[in-house]
Parts: sequence; structure tokens; C-alpha cells
Amino acid sequence: MARKLDVVFSDIEPGSALRAALAMTPSDVIGLVSRSKLRGRGGAGFPTGIKWDTARRHEGAEKYIVCNADEGEPGTFKDKNILERQTAKVLEGMAIGAYAIGASEGFIYLRGEYKYLVSDLARKIGEMKSQNLIGPDICHEKGFCFDIHIKLGSGSYVCGEETALLESLESRRGEPRNKPPYPAESGFLGRPTVVNNVETLSFVPHILLNGADWFQQFGTEKSTGSKLFSVSGDCGKPGIYEFEFGITIRELLKEIEADAGTKAVQIGGASGFCACADDFDKPICFEGIPTGGSIIIFNKSRSMFRVLKNFVEFFQEESCGQCVPCREGCSRMLEGIEKFEKGKGSSKTINDLLELSETMSLASKCGFGQSVPNSFRTIASKFKDEILSAGEGELWQS
Amino acid sequence: MAKLTINGAPYEASAGMTILDVCQREGIHIPTLCNHPDLKTQGICRVCVVDVKGSKTLQSACGTPVSDGMEILTTTDRIRKARKTIVELLLANHYTDCTVCPKNLNCELQSLANEFGLTDLRWKERRERTLPQDDTSPVFVRDNNKCVLCQRCVRACDELQGVYAVANLYKGDSTIVGSAFNRPISEVVCINCGQCVAHCPTGALYEKYCIEDVWKAIDDPDKIVVIQTAPAIRAALGEAFDYPPGTRVTGKMVSALRTMGFDNVFDTQFAADLTIMEEGFELLGRLKDALADGGKPSLPMMTSCSPGWIKFQEHFFPEYLPNLSTCKSPQQMFGAVVKSFWARKMNLDPADIVCVSVMPCTAKKFEAARPEMGTDGDQDVDFVLTTRELAVMIKQAGIDLRDMADSAFDDPLGESTGAATIFAATGGVMEAALRTAYEVVTGREVPFKDLDITPVRGLDGVKQAGIALTGVKKEWSFLEGVELKVMVAHGTANAKAVMTALRDGKLDVHFIEIMTCPGGCLGGGGQPLPVSPEKRLARARAIYEEDSESVHRKSHRNPSIARIYDEFFGSPNSHLAHELLHTRYTVRGQY
Repeated sequence: MARKLDVVFSDIEPGSALRAALAMTPSDVIGLVSRSKLRGRGGAGFPTGIKWDTARRHEGAEKYIVCNADEGEPGTFKDKNILERQTAKVLEGMAIGAYAIGASEGFIYLRGEYKYLVSDLARKIGEMKSQNLIGPDICHEKGFCFDIHIKLGSGSYVCGEETALLESLESRRGEPRNKPPYPAESGFLGRPTVVNNVETLSFVPHILLNGADWFQQFGTEKSTGSKLFSVSGDCGKPGIYEFEFGITIRELLKEIEADAGTKAVQIGGASGFCACADDFDKPICFEGIPTGGSIIIFNKSRSMFRVLKNFVEFFQEESCGQCVPCREGCSRMLEGIEKFEKGKGSSKTINDLLELSETMSLASKCGFGQSVPNSFRTIASKFKDEILSAGEGELWQS
Repeated sequence: MAKLTINGAPYEASAGMTILDVCQREGIHIPTLCNHPDLKTQGICRVCVVDVKGSKTLQSACGTPVSDGMEILTTTDRIRKARKTIVELLLANHYTDCTVCPKNLNCELQSLANEFGLTDLRWKERRERTLPQDDTSPVFVRDNNKCVLCQRCVRACDELQGVYAVANLYKGDSTIVGSAFNRPISEVVCINCGQCVAHCPTGALYEKYCIEDVWKAIDDPDKIVVIQTAPAIRAALGEAFDYPPGTRVTGKMVSALRTMGFDNVFDTQFAADLTIMEEGFELLGRLKDALADGGKPSLPMMTSCSPGWIKFQEHFFPEYLPNLSTCKSPQQMFGAVVKSFWARKMNLDPADIVCVSVMPCTAKKFEAARPEMGTDGDQDVDFVLTTRELAVMIKQAGIDLRDMADSAFDDPLGESTGAATIFAATGGVMEAALRTAYEVVTGREVPFKDLDITPVRGLDGVKQAGIALTGVKKEWSFLEGVELKVMVAHGTANAKAVMTALRDGKLDVHFIEIMTCPGGCLGGGGQPLPVSPEKRLARARAIYEEDSESVHRKSHRNPSIARIYDEFFGSPNSHLAHELLHTRYTVRGQY
């Protein structure tokens, strides 16, 4: 039975983790984070220690740490809560990262819709400056200076992708860059830049205070620690939960009081995977079903065709429009799906769209384009009948 | 040095090379669309995807740097499927009217469709002509119904020209290329250079044709139709007739024009020599003013031959308009001479003369229409054809350029020098001006072997040179010991760098040559497609060959130039010369 935890929202003594970091060398801090096996909580799960180490090793006139707060995946709202309730801890996580990689400037790239958080964030940054936790010679450590700026996004989903985020941060249109080079080698203004998710940063102070072994006791071998889940949809207790990685879908459903009529669980939002009853014993973790945290529950009253169509409509609008497989693929996928509504879709249509999905996953420029077909593939295979019969009158209530 | 394998065979590559670079070097074909050797890598069409061992997804060959130990496959089932699907997706969203498209048989999307052997598309709901065409530019049309969103025009405008008139607008399936706030191109800063057109792989951008107007004039028995051809045409027109780049077709072109029915076939190069006389003496005049007469003339002086650069300056650096030479461009000097000197000489009413020019340039269309470039509404140059339009007309006339015998331009406006020929290449105007100015001042030829002023040649973006003036003639004694410092730039992004340095007080030069397009006119927006650095080099080679083989290689040694000053203008910068051969500029600003 996976444990329910309360790490992210638990208080720490302000500055204690930062002081612990400053008592170590930067490379020892990175070593500690590496040993904890902390992986990015935004969804991709890249090892944080490797990211930091890359940025540390790469030469640059200046280095940066960016907090990715462009929380845009449908169904996720955890980062907003962290920023509201644990602002100082995220900022402290950034300062620790800055010390580790040798950055003196950081940015919070904040989702445009979270504009109301700006004044609180700015106030907290000011407060921490007065406490000598941000600013010049932090904690009286001569020469360690770190300042944080807030930059608002403008509503693009793709800007959650780290290289598109950096383009936007440089005041350009938010379109993903070619990788390599990775941001840790060449990021903001071509300089080594670490981009970490809000939740990832909020774990960092705890790792500094409690150690790598403490963190590793939670979760699975390849997905250590705990994870926040933003739960919505057909369940008794929607909201934010923290469980250790490896929790099975069934365990989760029990905790959130989903009824026995649960038909499907969308894990990872629109770009994630759809699980049906057969999958409910699978674990949620990077070696199982990965997620950035969005969990949407659908019971028997929901049309999975409608769910699918809604996701694809979202992507058709939110593709940045840059690369062909994603831009054109989303349009053609929606066009194909709409055929079922008109009673013109068939198994062949599904097969054509699966072939299209293959190209989108293999050849799209960025991770978003590559993950667009996830929901189609999983919903179309697990609820094929619902897709094929979508045109047979209004069976489902919205 | 990285050791890697491609399709199992070992190769070596230096750091910084992409997979595409290596494949192209080794002759391994990779289809491309958004990639262009003139532009930074965007990696967005995904037509060039390849398999890199260890990577779950396919990687773009153009956007992926090689690394040691890399194992690359370029033709597997999943690569072929992905590439073919991508081409299908592009075609399904491309308004297809190939047979009546200006890019028919010269379209990179069409070539890809052919390469993949497509006989049908999985997506039957094809794009209709739903988006409006923007025909508000004086020189080109944008038809976004044919746009593949490769961003080559966006990058050309930004990276090569520093103008950034267009960008991607909106997102998702609404993405289009357009100007700020989707305003028509006529409402934003555009210099009409046509580099967007020249870099467009499809028919989404094409110049405005005036072919029918020209045929109509030729067919009108009451009109005398005179044609002038710019120096850059002779080194590029052949490409449209399957000659290798860099083949000179001067004589064949003249024969073809005569066969087509032009009454007189003249050479813009005559006017280029005239420009050197006017501009050279203008420079010496400004130097005299500054060094001998204690005046404050606008220095450094800047060339004014290239109409894209003129408009660039009017928009971005209007405070430096007084630094521009007041000389009209050779095209416009030619038109003015035809409708004055030549009309009088031939006893013709200028109103009966139709002056047509063939230019490597789209901005020349705009230049010819400027209100200051005519008298009483009669423009000095009536119609401007690009090199591409001329190729179309030659074909319409049923002529194969390869069948034409060589013939010479008509007199007297067909006589020119090698100094005029090199106007086609970046640095050419500077070299021509120095050949004349140095000799005027010192009485000796420029101190360079065979008159080749190599420091101002070549395709470096910005070039600088100095030439010491010693042993000068008595009337130029104020120049004794002066080092004449010159600078040359091409591509207005480079011009922007030069102008910014000037504005910041970091430049100490007397004379600056700016050409709008990469490589100068030979890389103009109206030249045969597709464009590439190799083609520009080949054309430049042809241009310098033609110069070195010329009988006369200094503008002031052109016998017809001497005659026109004797018979008509009197002397360079005379009152009449000012009236007909010089012009003024307009402050435009950016908004």
C-alpha cells in the first residue's frame, strides 16, 4: 500500500535548507540531489542532479535557474497551490539550485492566468531579501548573490516546454528550440540554464535537510520520493494529494472516493494516457504510467468519444504551429475524429489515425507534439466501441 | 573530430557539423524543405528526419549535431513512412493549382511529392483558397493558401535583411505568416528586396509580373520599346535554360531580346559607368569641401544604387539620408538618358518611348515607380522585369536561349566597361569608383595588380579597405597623403550593423558601399531559383571574368561616356546632370 505523505506542504524553518547547502560545496549539493534520484515533476522526469551538474560544468558568463510555473496541462493545479502555500520554499529551492550551478539570477516563469500571484510572490521575494536569503552575499556567504525576477506567460500551452519557455522569456514567440543543445548547456540568452518545475524545486529543501536516503525511502527504485496529484472529475474527494510514487490507480481511486462505476482515468492530462479498469493495478511512476500530476476520473456516464474529441480540439488550438507533424497532424486527427460523429468513421479511419499518430510521436519537434497521440492511442484502443458508435445518436450525456 | 556511422559505413566529421552537413558532404540524399544554406536552422518541417541509435524518436538531420560514436540510419521503414506522411500532410493543406502556379516545376514541395511518388493523399479534404491573398506590396504577392510555414521568408527577412517584416502569427491550425497584427504588408516596413520571394520553396510568394504590359508595348507599332539589362542578368539568366550557374550568356541574351521584338537592346552598364562618373566626382567634391574648403559635408558618403537599401535607410536611419549619394541608380539614370539625350538624338518624342529594364531585383519595380523618377507623370523606366520574368518571356516567345548566336548591344547606350560589369557583385561599385577616382586624382592607375582591388571582393558580410593617395595632381593637392578609407557591406542586416557602428561613432571611413542583397545584385530577389551560396559564388566568378576580358575596364575610359559629356551633360555634376541624374530621398520612419 503506497503511503500518503505531506512533504510538499509541510513547513520548514525559512533559510535552514539554504544554510545547509551553503555549508557544503556546490558539487556536494549536486551530489546529494543526484543520490536522492530526484526527477523532474513536470512530467518528463529528467534527473534533476544531471541537469544541475550539466549546467555547473558548462562555461558561461552567467548562468540562470528558471522555475517553470507555466502549469498548463489540462487538469493540473498543484503548482498553483504550492506557490500559494509554500512560496518561500520554492524560492529557497531556487536559491539552492543557483548556488549549486553558479547562477546569480533566476526567473519564475508564471502562467499568465496566475497573474494574481505576482504581488504575493514579489512580496515574498522582498521579505527573503530582508532576511538575507535572496540578494547579495546570501547568509553572509561572500560572493553568493542571487536575485529572482517574475515573468508572466501569455497563455500558450507550449511555453511549458522548457525551450519554448526560454524563447518566451527572451521576449520571442514561444516555439520550442532544437535539442541539443539542451538548456543546461545553452539556455536563456545562450547561457547554461536550469529549468525546474515548481514541485521539483519544493522538494529540494527537504532533501537538503533530511538527506538522500530519507527521500529514497519513498517511491520506487526509478521514481523516488512522493508526487503531488491534481485530482478532478467523477470522485467523492477531488483535490490535491501527495502519494509516494508507485501508487496503483486502484489505491488512488479508493483514496479519492471514486465510485465503483469508474470507467476510465486520464493520467497526465490531455497529453497523458487513458487507463481503463484493466489497468487499475498498474503503478503511477516513471517505470509505470508517468504523469506530471493531472488525474481526471471518468465514470460510466461519460462519453469517451467526447473526452477524446475535447483533448484533440485542445491540441489543435494549442499546437504552437511550428512543426508539420504536430500542426497538421492535430488538424487531421480532429478531422478524422469528427468523422465518427457524422457516422462516417470506420476501423480503417482508426487505423489511418494510428499511422498518423506514429508519425506525430516519432517526428514532432518537441515533447508536446510527440505526446499528442497518447490520449488518442489509449482511448481508441480501450474504448474502440464508443468511438465507432459515436455517430449513433446522443447516447451519452455531457 | 567525431567518428560516426551512417547506414553502417564509417565517417568522420568535425564538431559543430549536423547530420545533414555530413550526409550532404558524403552525397547521402536527405530530403529537406525548411532548411536553407543561407539561413539558421529551424528544424520544423521534419522532412529530414533520421534514426539515431539510442533515441526513441526520429531526429531532424538539419537540427541535430553529430557526436562521437553516433550511429545514424537514413532510410528505414519508419523513416520513409514518417517522411511520406509529412509530405502528405503538407500537400493536403496546400492549395494546389500547380499548372497555373508561378512556381510550377520550380517548387520544392512539388519536387518532394515527386520524390515520394505520391499518387494519392489519405486526406481528401484538401485546402481551398480560404485565406485572403495580400497583394498590397508594390512588388510581390503573398498567398498563404500555398504557404508551408517553413519560415524561410521570416528568417530571410530577419537574418539576412534585418527588417523582420513578417513572422508567424496565431497558433495551432490558425498559424499563418504575416506582418504585425496581421496588417497588410503595405502598412509595415518592407524594403521590397524580394529575399522572401527568393527563399520561398512554394508559390506562396511571387513577384508581380509585368510580362503582359511589356508584350503589349512590343506589339504596339507606335511605340519604340527600348530594353536595358542589368549586369547581374548575364551571369544568371542561363540557369533558367539549364546552363550551369556562372555561365555567361550576354551575347545570347542580346540576340534573344532582339528576336523578341525589342527595338533597341541597350545595357544598364552604360549607366553604371555614368554613375561612377557622377558618384566619383560627388565623393571628390564632398572630400574637397571637407578637407580644403572647411565645409561640413555629409561624410561618409554612401552608395545609392540599391533601392532596397535606400528604403531601408529611409525607414531605419533617416538621419543619415544626407550621407547617401544623390546619384540615381544606373537603372534610373538610364531611363532619364533614354528619354532625354537619346530621344533628342533620335528625334523621338519621349512619350513614344517605352523603357523596359531587366533587373535581378524586385525593389527596382518600386524604384521605377517612385514619383521623383519621372517627369510630369511619365516615368523614366516604364516596366521592370525580373530575371525570372525575362526567362518566362523568352520561353513564351518560343526561343531556346541555347540556340541563340552571340550578338552585341546596340550603340550608343550599349557600350560599357568591366567596371560597370562588376556592379553586379558586392564591392563592385566600390572597386569601379576607386579605379576612376584614384586615376582622376593621381593620374595613375590604382596600385593593384591587373586593376583587381581584391580587398573589396568576396562574400564577407562587411569588408574594409584603405588606399593611400600620394603624388596627387595639383588640383587635388588637399588629398595628398590622405588614406581613402572605404567600407563595403551586403545584406541589409550587415548594413544595419555598419550604420549602428557609425551612429555609435565607431566608424572612420569616407565612402561606404551597401548592396541590399546577399552577394550584391547577383544574389538579388529577382534572380533564378533556387538560391544558394554556391550559385552566388559562381555568378560572381562569371562577373569578374567578364570584367577581366573587357576592352575597357575603367568607367572614365568608356568612349560613349566621354561622348555623352561632350555632347550633352558638359561635365560630371553639371546643372543638367543634376537635373536628370540625381535624386532626393524621403524620410519614412518605422511606424
